[in-house]
Formats: sequence, structure tokens, C-alpha cells
Amino acid sequence: MSEMPLGGIIFLTIFIAIFGTALIFLARAIGGQRKNNSAVKRDIYECGIPGQDKKESKVSVKFYLTAILFILFDIEIIFMYPWAISFRDFIANGMGTPIMISMGVFIAIFIYGLWWGVKSRALEWD
Amino acid sequence: MGNDVFEITVNAVKLIVVFLLMVQAVPILVWLERRGSAFIQNRFGPNRVGPLGLLQLLADAVKFITKEDFAPDKAIRKLFYAAPVFALIPATLAYAAIPMSLPFMVPAFEMLGSTWGPYTFRVQGYEIGVGIVFILGVSSLAAYTILMAGWGSGSKFSLLGALRAAAQVISYELALGLSIVGVILLYGTFNLTEMIQAQQGPLQFTAFGHTITSAVSWIPNWGIFYQPIGFLLFFAAAFAESNRLPFDLAEGEAELVAGFHTEYGGFKMLMFFIGEYGHMMIASGLATTFFFGGYGIPGITPDELQQIILGWGFSEAGAGGLNSLIHFLSYNVKFAIFLWIFIQVRWTLPRFRYDQLMDLGWKTMLPWALANTIATAVIIYAVS
Repeated sequence: MSEMPLGGIIFLTIFIAIFGTALIFLARAIGGQRKNNSAVKRDIYECGIPGQDKKESKVSVKFYLTAILFILFDIEIIFMYPWAISFRDFIANGMGTPIMISMGVFIAIFIYGLWWGVKSRALEWD
Repeated sequence: MGNDVFEITVNAVKLIVVFLLMVQAVPILVWLERRGSAFIQNRFGPNRVGPLGLLQLLADAVKFITKEDFAPDKAIRKLFYAAPVFALIPATLAYAAIPMSLPFMVPAFEMLGSTWGPYTFRVQGYEIGVGIVFILGVSSLAAYTILMAGWGSGSKFSLLGALRAAAQVISYELALGLSIVGVILLYGTFNLTEMIQAQQGPLQFTAFGHTITSAVSWIPNWGIFYQPIGFLLFFAAAFAESNRLPFDLAEGEAELVAGFHTEYGGFKMLMFFIGEYGHMMIASGLATTFFFGGYGIPGITPDELQQIILGWGFSEAGAGGLNSLIHFLSYNVKFAIFLWIFIQVRWTLPRFRYDQLMDLGWKTMLPWALANTIATAVIIYAVS
């Protein structure tokens, strides 16, 4: 039952890639591509103001903080999955109390991490 | 039962059919969304092209394909063109893993002078043992396509929209992932088919070695009765994952024009749309599977239905096929109700502010999901 149908996944990925590429080329063939567009048309849309270079725009550091916190907490959540799936087996084998205590310690660390993240204002957006 | 040419061909065709099933649902959903929003806002909506405006879809497709193919000068052209194609892939891969009905049995038959089969075809793209993990992993790849589009466009609005969308998607991924831990604890499996099988039959709680069956026999044994908070968290997070209102901060018109697809037009934008609606469909399918019994029908198990159909005078294989079809319809009814909730909510609730969105994800939903997990584990530990 627990097989990984890698062939199907690869087939579907390749099929969609070809399908999507074909659609884009079809749209180009039918819709056409005009040469000699004016400079205004070729510019990016920034509400009519002359577009700035991307290098000049600055991005809030909050995005990086969010990404770092996400990686930390996501890995912790992924570690809960094998625990959750084998929880009943452990109880059936009389190992319920040890696995509850060990997971309790893990979740306590998780909660402390979240509390610390909130307290250090890493999650405040203004 | 080894793989042979016939089986591989059917499976390959089935994958393409699942993909087309997803793609053809998008124009119907767009039509439903426009008509539905019109009814909610006391307007008519599209009603000129064809009966009830149904051919509007065709007109839209023709319009999209005749648009000029255009990329701005500042765009990074490889990323700009690759992003829409990649937007289709994660949605379809995840959608193909959701079981939509009972397996379809084909008995052994004679063709071209040799015996073929018997075969069992699943009504889903492919069966994966670790279904949930695969779907979560693949559908979170959508953040990359959003970033590709935002960076590749070379526009500041696109970049800001993409960053916002990525931060939002990964923030709600935590609440989503954690709300599923309760579901895994409940069923003790990653496999979606096994989950659906666990939800068949009437509602019954097993506690302290006793089984308490509900007085009303048609109330099904659905996950929503065990995980109500888990369902609310999952569904709310699914809205944010698929960038729908009230969480569509990534494309707030007043602030960002259209977010990461500001510079896109024509078919390329349509492909982003298919990806976005695909994520809606995955969320609906998963909510159906986890909490509402998947393809199951309340009050009757597949085996009982099989016996009833056999009583009508069908052959074994024909009854199996009809049974499969009825369960497919049952799945699609639940699926469509969830999709309608997505549309209804979009035209009911206003948009959040960005700090409210992040606060909701990190400071409200994540602790609640954690509390739900702990409560589920403690209850399972206490009653067994």
C-alpha cells in the first residue's frame, strides 16, 4: 500500500511542463508579438511614474525574520508528525507515559521559542 | 499483478484526465464566482454570451489567447516566462494525490488473443503511502513560483507583492501543518484512503474500553466531530494558503496594483489563475477527506451500497463501477460545497491589514493549533 509512484509524479511533471510551454508558444503564435513598441509601453507599470531600478528599492528586514522563524518552527512541526503517527502504537505497547513526557518537553521548548519570538518583537509588523 | 502495457497506459491517461479535470474546473469556478458575486451584490453578472452567460468562459479563453505576448524590458525573461508554467505543477501534483472515489475493478478479459487483468484502478492520480506529507510538501512549492514571478517581473509592485505572498504563505503553513497533527493523531496514518475508510459507518466514540454509539444511526463517523477546532484552523489557514480574501494581501489593489502578477497578461495570467484555483481545490479536497468522510456517503457504507446495487440485477463488475460512480458524485457534492464557501467568504468579508494578518497567523492560530494537538494527545492517552 505504501508505495511511492515516482513514475507517475515524473510523468505528470513533464506533461504539465510541456503543456504549459506549448500554451505559451500557442498564445505567442496567435496573439503575436509586436516589434517597435514605444519606450513607455516597454517600461514596467509603476502607476505612471518612471520606473525605478529594482536595486534602488529596499525590502523590510521583517521578511527575513519571518523566514528564519518559519524554518525553525516548521522543522519542529515536522518532528511532531512521526510522533503523531506512532502515538497509538506506543500506547498499545505500554510506552504511553514515556512518549507523552518526551513530547511534553519538546512542546515546552516550542512554546518557549514562540513566546520568546513574540516577546523579542520579532513578529511585530507596523 | 505486474505492470503491463494496458495498465501503464490507463494510468498515464488517468493522470492527464486528472489534470484536465482540474483545468476545466477553473472556468466553471470563475463563472460561478462572477455570477455568485453578482447575486450577492444585487447585480446581474455575465449574462450576454450564451444561456446564463455560460459561454462567457469560451469568450474569455479566446480573448486570452489572442492577446499580445508581452514582457517588459526590465523583466528577467527566463523567470518571467517560466513562472506561469511552474505555477501549474505543484497544484496538479498535489491534486492528483487526493482519492476521489472507490477503486474501480476491471475483471480479467480476453483481447487480441491473450488474457489481461484483473486490474484495480484507483480514482485518483496516484496512491501515495505518505499522502499528507507529499501534498503539504508539494503544495508549499507554490511559494517559489510566486517569488519567481515577482522577481522576474522587475517591477517593484510585483516584488513587494511576491514577498508579502511568500511571507503569508509560509506563516500560515505553520498553523496548517500543526492543525493536521491532530488529524494524524486521530487516524494514526498518513494515507488519505485509510483515513476515509476510518470515517465510514455511524458515529461511535471508544472510551475506556467501551464503545458508545450515537442514538441516530445515520450520523456518520466523520472527523469533524472529533476535531472541530482542527477543522476551523485548517480551513482558515487554507484560505491564506490559496491567497483568497480575506487574506489576499498579496494583491491588494489599492496598495500593490495586482501583486506578483502585475506585469502579466493573457495566457500567462490565466495560468497563475489555474494555479490559484488549484490550491482552492486542494484545500477543499483535503477538508473533505480529513473531516467530512471523503467520498463516503452518510448512513451507508460502500459494502452495503454494493449489496443494494447487486440486488438491482447488475453483474459484479458493473455494480462495482456504479458504486464507484455514486461515491464519486458524493465526493464532488462535498467538494463543491467547500468551493462555494470559498466564494461566499470572498464576497462577504473585508480584507485584513498586514499586521493583523501576521498576528492572526502567529499569535492566535499557531497557539490554538498547538493547544488542539496537546488536547487531542491527552484525550487519546486518557481514554485508551
